[in-house]
Parts: sequence; C-alpha cells; structure tokens
Amino acid sequence: MAIVQTQELRKEFGHNTAVDGINLKTEEGEYLVLLGPSGCGKTTLLRLLAGLEQPTGGDVLIGGEVVTRLPPRARKIAMVFQSYALYPHKTVRKNITFPLAAAGVPKDEWHSKVDWASDVLGIGRLLDRKPRQLSGGERQRVALARALVREPQVFLFDEPLSNLDAKLRTTARDELKEFQKRMGVTTVYVTHDQVEAMGLGDRVAVLNNGQIQQLGTPEDVYVDPANTFVATFVGAPPMNLLHVRDEVIGFRPENLLPLETVGEREGQMVCEFEITRVENLGSDRYVYGSIPKLDPEARVIAKLPSTLDVPVSPGARERYAVDGSKLRWFHRDTGQRVEPPPSGLPQGADR
Amino acid sequence: MSSPAGTLEATRETGQGPSGGGRWSYFFERDRVLGPLMLSPAILYLVLVVGYPLLLAFFYAFSDVTVGSNKFDFVGLKTFKAAISDPTFKTALAHSFEITVISQVLVVVLCTILAFVLAADFHGKWFLRFLVLLPWTTPVALGAIIWLWMVDSIFTPFDWFAAKLGVIPDGGHLVLLGHAGTAMGTVIAVQTWRMLPLATVIVLAGLSSIPRDVEEQAQVDGAGFWRRLFSIQLPLLAPVILVAILFGVVFTFTDMAVIFILTGGGPGTATQVLPSWAFYKGINGGNLSVGAADALFMFPVLLGLSAVVLKLAHRIGGE
Repeated sequence: MAIVQTQELRKEFGHNTAVDGINLKTEEGEYLVLLGPSGCGKTTLLRLLAGLEQPTGGDVLIGGEVVTRLPPRARKIAMVFQSYALYPHKTVRKNITFPLAAAGVPKDEWHSKVDWASDVLGIGRLLDRKPRQLSGGERQRVALARALVREPQVFLFDEPLSNLDAKLRTTARDELKEFQKRMGVTTVYVTHDQVEAMGLGDRVAVLNNGQIQQLGTPEDVYVDPANTFVATFVGAPPMNLLHVRDEVIGFRPENLLPLETVGEREGQMVCEFEITRVENLGSDRYVYGSIPKLDPEARVIAKLPSTLDVPVSPGARERYAVDGSKLRWFHRDTGQRVEPPPSGLPQGADR
Repeated sequence: MSSPAGTLEATRETGQGPSGGGRWSYFFERDRVLGPLMLSPAILYLVLVVGYPLLLAFFYAFSDVTVGSNKFDFVGLKTFKAAISDPTFKTALAHSFEITVISQVLVVVLCTILAFVLAADFHGKWFLRFLVLLPWTTPVALGAIIWLWMVDSIFTPFDWFAAKLGVIPDGGHLVLLGHAGTAMGTVIAVQTWRMLPLATVIVLAGLSSIPRDVEEQAQVDGAGFWRRLFSIQLPLLAPVILVAILFGVVFTFTDMAVIFILTGGGPGTATQVLPSWAFYKGINGGNLSVGAADALFMFPVLLGLSAVVLKLAHRIGGE
C-alpha cells in the first residue's frame, strides 16, 4: 500500500504533448480513476506510472520514493491491461506463478500463494486451463490473480472492462470494486467510460489534452464541474449549456422539469421549452428541444423519470423550470466556472 | 445473410444480368468451378515440375538405365544395393547430415539474435534489413562463386586476418578449401550465410506478431531480459522458428550448388554430400539409375522431417 504521486509529469511524442505537466497525488488505499476521451493522455499517464514510458520531464513517486528512472519490475506495481495480456502458452497456474518466479519467491511458497489468489477470485477450477479456453470474465479474473500474487504496492488498471460485453461489465465492475475494497491496495484505474468512473472511483480525475481538468469525488465532478469540458464529458446525456449574453449557463437534463410537476417556487428559472423529439428509454424519457428565448441555437435535453406522468409531445411548447441552485455558470471564452450573478438567474428568463 | 442471394434472384428474374442473363452468366463464380480453376495452375506446375521428375527418379532407381545405352530393365532393389555398397555414399550421407545440422543450429541462434536486433527501433533500420536480406536474393551459384573468390588459396583476405592473429606466419596461406576440416567449415559457413536471411525474416515476422501487451506485462510482472526471452518470447516464437528450420533443412540438405562450385566434394570426398554425389554419379558418371537411387535417399528423410515439424508447429500454434 502506497501513495502514488506525480510532479510536473510531462510526456511528449515528437511534437505531440500527451501528458502536460500533471501533478497528482493519490491517498493511501485509494481508488483513483483517470477519466477522459480517447487521446487525452490517460493511458500514457498510466504507462508513465508503470515505467513502460520514460517521461520527458517531471517525476513519479511511489511510496514517497522517486521511481522515475526505475524499470517497471523495480516499482512493485501490478498492471492489468485492457487485453489482460495473459501468456497464451502458459496454463492459468503458470500465468499466476510467473511474477513469483520473476521475483525470486522460493518455489515451495508458490502453491499457497496460487491457492490464495485463486481463492480470492474464484478461479480454482481453471488453474490447468490455457487462456484460450477461458471466457472474457474468467480471463479478467486470472489477470487479477496474477496481479495479486505479487502483493503489489499499487494496482494499475488500463480499461480492464472494455473487452467484456455489456451485461458482464456490470457484474465485473461490482467484483472489481469489491476486490479492491477487500485488498485495500492503492489503485489507479483508467477508463473512458464515465459510468465506470462514477461507480468505481473514490476520486475521479478528468483529463483532457494531457491536463487534469478536475480532480474530485464522483459527486463533485458531476454536480460541480470545473469547466464546460467536464460538464459535457461527464453525465449522459451531458449537461445542457446555453450561451446567454456574456455567460454560459449549464444545468443537468434531470433538473429541467415541467413546471406543472415541480410547482412554481422562488428562485426558479422558468422558460418556454420547444419540444422537437421524445425518446422513451423505459426508465426515463429524453425530451429534446430548445429554449428559443435564452439560446435558440443550443440543443437542450430534459430527462424525465418515467414515474413523472405528464404527456410530452413533439412540436409542443411547454413551460419548464430549473431550480436556481442547479444552475452552473461558466466563462464564455475560457469555459471555466464563474460565480453566478447576484440574482442567481439568467437575464431574459421568465423569472 | 440472405441479401446477396436475394439480389441474385432479383437480377435473374428481371433478366438484366451483366452478360445478358441466363444460367451461364455466373458460371465462373460458382465455388465448384472457380476453386478448381484457380488451383489448376498450381496443380499443373506441381505435376509437371515436381511430380513428373519424382516419378521418373523412382522409375530410374528401380532400373538399370544408363546414359550410354537405351537398355531399360526393372531390376528391383539391385540399384539401391549398389548405391549403398559404395563407401562414398555413406560418407556423403554423413556429410549431408553434418552440414545441415551444424549450419541450422548456427542459423537458429544467429537469426534469433538478428531478428531481435532488427525488431528494435533505430535509424537506418530499413537499409540494414535490406542488407540482411541480400544473400537470399542472390542466386546460390553467384553467392558460391563470390565465396570461392573470398576463400581463394592465394588471394583470400582471411590469410591476412589469420596472420594478424598469429594463426599462420606472415605471408603464409590457410588454403581453406585444401584441408578436409577447413573445407567443411567453409561449406557450413556458406550454407549458414545463405539461409540466415530467410530465417531472420521468418523469425522477425513471428516476433512482431507477439502482442506488445504481453511483453509489457512480463516487464511489469518483474521479468528481466533473459526471463522474458526464455519464458515468453522464445516459447511464443517456437512455431515460426520451426518453420524457419524446416525451410533451412530442406534447402541445405538438397543443395548441391555450393559444394559443386566451392569444393567439388573435395578434397577427396571430404565435403561430398548426397545431392552432389548423386549428380556426379548419375549425370557426370552416366549411371542414371544409381544416381537416382542415391538422390531418393533424401526423399524419406525430408518427407519425415516435414511431417514432424509441421505437426509440431501445429500443436504449438494451436495452444
């Protein structure tokens, strides 16, 4: 168990800057998720932590020790790749014992360690199979077992769920979280899937263009995005952003509700919502449209829970409301969060 | 799945097939027609250039045919007995194995090293790869002639090196092809030089097919260079190395050009091999039947070897 820290970490590939001066510090036993779109530098950052890439500048510290110039094997880390990278010519047992052999663990201890790891992950009956005879979920567990036997200081996960089908992913996510909780090992987890990030992370670091856009709890990142990138990247459907005069205001789709269901109250932003399309997803209805009076260009989505029994029809103009406390304000040019105006409501709204 | 067939039906019904419709318009697209049609050049080639000479060799080997007469009688195994009873045959057979085994061991070791070097990223990689491949693109005979000059008894540059190293006195001569041991060494060296490029390219291809993830996983798992080499890379390369060995053995075991040009099987019979012996006996000596019998001794060896290696490669590849 150790703290992973980066100081002004940079990585350039030719003229491309993949990681642009990142300062990051995990807490002991923390589950930190690196979230970002593809090409944002999150995998490169993870590979820098693992020692598979050499940084152009800055340092990596694990457990307070500078490991920047150390090879991967000297870093006491375990990494699980997206492909799981099981050794195809070795049985599951040999896959798991490989790190033990490499670490020079005496042979008579292997058996108990393999038993322990395969017990934790429930793969005892698979030990004599070859990787190609395993399903995706089983492969993931073998990869975890192999990572586990080394008793690493840090786990590094590179999108370990993206090769699983949607159904399996949910259970695997659950298992992964349970596993980490039980082991209590500091974990850095890379994903582009915000559902995984929100569900797994103690904290989430949202990355874009090689920089950390925001670092906070999943709730922070969702409720209080630091800028318009985080606001639109996190959350599905994304936060609605309206350009109103010199500012950008944002609100989550689930906060835009028909006025009749929430009732008129002080501090509401009430507006005419011009509905163009309705998607019924079962548990929710997505209502697409625009608010011509505030920003006729912006496409606005309202997410109505199916428990809300109001008729919604395309072509209609309805009065919708957003609670003033749910509104977020961003700078028009930089996209950074700014203080709301004294009234707390945009000019031009009905109230 | 049904859409291509559906489109076909529709086209037929409207009678607007590209060649005017009718049941013959897609004749060449039928699997039963197209398959054999596409295979026929290869089959024709195999039958005419491989099958016919092989059959002829079998015929000759069981007969008493010679260059000088038009007599042709089947004599059963008599020719084989004659072939085996010649003491040079056994020497040649032993040399064939010796040259093949030693040169292939060298090739496997060297090609693996070379493949690892060429797989690394450095400037001028493509030029170096091209240089490595050059010996393979040179015809065997030309390569052998170049080496004949290189090891010439008087003008060879190796004399200079040997003198510098103190192996021979200044102005002395190694006469590499004049002594049994050095002649054999030279032949093995040339065969290694000739087979190395192909083996390197094969292993290089195998090396690049190992997923990067797996290699990096091994690094993260704590394995150093040698452990990665012996427990990850070489086992994963084993099937392609076997293929390289198969090619190398077949080409080396059956080659007579290098011997013919460099040593003529000499000095004495010191470098005589089965193919060259069959050639000298059958073509130069005019005894077609014994020559054919000599040559046929290579057939079961190569056939068995091919079967073993392919089976082994299949088993390893399947895992």
